[in-house]
Amino acid sequence: MAEERRFRSASGAPIALRRRQHSASCRDLAVRGPRLQLRSLSAATSAVWLAAYGLFALSENSMVLSAAIFITLIGLIIYLHFVKIDQESLLVIGSLGIQVTSSYASGKESTTFIEMSQVKDVVINEAIHMQKVIYYLCILLQDPDDPQGVSEVVPLFQSSKPRLDCLIEVYKSCQEILEQRKTAPQSS
Amino acid sequence: MVLKVFFPSCCSLADSGILIGRWISEQNSAVVLAVVHFPFIPVQVKQYLGEVQRVTKVSVSVLGSWSNSKQEKEESLSEFLEDLGTIFCHEPWIQISKEGDSKFWSCSTLQKHSKNPQEEEIILVYYDQRKVMLSHLHPPLDTAGRRAEDASKLSAIFDTVARSRVLFMTDRYDEGPIKLTHWQSDGVEASIIVELMKQASVPACMLLTFLLSLLSGICRSRVLKFWPLSFLWSKLSTCEQLGHRLQHLQVISSNKKAQNQNQLMRKANIFVSLLIDVALGILLMSWLYRKNRIGHLADTLIPVADHVAEELQDLLQWLMGAPAGLKMNRALDQVLGRFFLYHIHLWISYIHLLSPFIEMILWYVGLSACLGLTVALCILSDIIALLTFHIYCFYVYGARLYCLKIYGLSSLWRLFRGKKWNVLRQRVDSCSYDLDQLFIGTLLFTILLFLLPTTALYYLVFTLLRLLVVIVQGLIHLLVDLIDSLPLYSLILRLCRSYRLAAGVKFRVLEQQDGKPLRLLMQINPLSYGGVVQTYRLPTYSCYPRDSWASLCKKLFLGELIYPWKHKGEKQN
Repeated sequence: MAEERRFRSASGAPIALRRRQHSASCRDLAVRGPRLQLRSLSAATSAVWLAAYGLFALSENSMVLSAAIFITLIGLIIYLHFVKIDQESLLVIGSLGIQVTSSYASGKESTTFIEMSQVKDVVINEAIHMQKVIYYLCILLQDPDDPQGVSEVVPLFQSSKPRLDCLIEVYKSCQEILEQRKTAPQSS
Repeated sequence: MVLKVFFPSCCSLADSGILIGRWISEQNSAVVLAVVHFPFIPVQVKQYLGEVQRVTKVSVSVLGSWSNSKQEKEESLSEFLEDLGTIFCHEPWIQISKEGDSKFWSCSTLQKHSKNPQEEEIILVYYDQRKVMLSHLHPPLDTAGRRAEDASKLSAIFDTVARSRVLFMTDRYDEGPIKLTHWQSDGVEASIIVELMKQASVPACMLLTFLLSLLSGICRSRVLKFWPLSFLWSKLSTCEQLGHRLQHLQVISSNKKAQNQNQLMRKANIFVSLLIDVALGILLMSWLYRKNRIGHLADTLIPVADHVAEELQDLLQWLMGAPAGLKMNRALDQVLGRFFLYHIHLWISYIHLLSPFIEMILWYVGLSACLGLTVALCILSDIIALLTFHIYCFYVYGARLYCLKIYGLSSLWRLFRGKKWNVLRQRVDSCSYDLDQLFIGTLLFTILLFLLPTTALYYLVFTLLRLLVVIVQGLIHLLVDLIDSLPLYSLILRLCRSYRLAAGVKFRVLEQQDGKPLRLLMQINPLSYGGVVQTYRLPTYSCYPRDSWASLCKKLFLGELIYPWKHKGEKQN
């Protein structure tokens, strides 16, 4: 069963949280950011091409125009493939682990899977980001040598930066599944 | 507790039978390796499993039953399958059944000795058997030091499938009593080219080892160890590079089999790197010798050397006048300027002496580019060092003079203030000097101080020139190191067969149906290109700048000689 709710990100952009429950111990939480607007794309392209045409009028060198087209294309490809993240999702499978996926605008997906034995807890932390203090959700990884220690902090939803209300929903869903592994009896 | 069943996707269409694989009790998961079909004799199956266990050291056992019925579920078949559970006793006995073409299978377990008979949740994870068998799971790079046993539960699964290779060697055309279904059951695959290469590689390796032992014997002979020659070999970067490549060849041609994945990848990387290097070198050589380009190069070498010498002479004339409006000490200026001019004159005569032989020397030296592009680049770097040897000499003279001056000045400055450097205590102590000592000391201090700008200017100019040459040589060596250390085979493998180098796994949730177990697809998450280069890069013989920026600046200020790279090109006359 899937449900979708609208929230706002830390900078005010509209984002959507989609929750799906596949089974009693498997949940999928996806945060979708705003898509690439045609407006901003055409504005950026026109600005670059106007500047290139101005340079061409000054220098009478047609290489400037071809260079501008080349730069626009390469820049667009790099932006879509490496910078613009469309959707970030969290797949929590109790007893297997947590999978964090970021999907880029060009379709590329970068995935990390963290096994359940390495996960200590999922918490909401505060951070100073530029001139603001924002909340972010993170996974605490267990230190194998020290049972009370934390070896690494993995921040989630870094590009969409949801606000506290959205983070609380995600936190509650994760904790419900993480609690199951504490109450489940250990195999003898 | 949740039960996880790892099922190979190739067995989805298999006929009914029993499942064999490994039960990992710590993780409550079952890894299914193959399906044994009816009819079979239980004793023979147990015997076969015992043999497999002995060979692979993997505890393979019968895990449960698999029924693939085209019609509705037959009651008699299900009872028969439950009875099998009593013959092959295994806790828990897993029963998977598939009806018709339905994607959603039903899965149940039989626990005879369970303390809590509640229904446990079952997760069905499909995996691609061939890819998981061939893949190598890399531990995360930052925890390479710590050997945590339970850091990765998935490595147990990868391990199980990889070590059961012998189980996958029997296919359905074999005449044995056991009929299996796994990824290779439709016919064992092999490649003729690979087999031929394996056969040919043994005598080739022996020949190569013999040749290399001859070569290293010659290199180590006493003749080459006399003082001038051994000094020469240590200074030329070409010899170091050749020695490095010789070492690589020895690694490849050794007939010891690679023990583990790392050694195998290293051998393959060295082999591909050598091949590409030699190919690029031969390409360069063919380009150089076509249209006699090397003759043209030799012809332009002498004029270029002359031009450099003329520019240096102009520079010295400029310094001997009033450079940048600064007023130099006339006498010292003339002395230093004439000394350096004479040095340049000697150098030009030497070059002109060599000019008839340059073309021939260059022609033969250019032939050695067929040993590899790296060797050609090292030769280029050595030629640059040779041609700019006078700049190096000037730098050394200027630096020594400046260094002496600075030490003299600092010591006399201390005398001027009535202090002394205590060598025993490594600190500055006060000291009472005689009047004549003070007089002479102050006089010398004044002389040195007023001569400082002249020496400092010469030192500055020649240091800048020397740094320029060092930067050019450094860039060439950087390129050589890049070619030496880049793991090309691993990068090509990551490009073409990305499942072989795994950083981890990723799960995809497949269609679900209520009441049926959770279905997941496990795919291999390949290592990133940066991770591949970091894990498999080949070690090189040079280390980059020995000094930090702060100590470099300090050395420059004090006039100490700097050797920024660990190996430098220098040739004594």
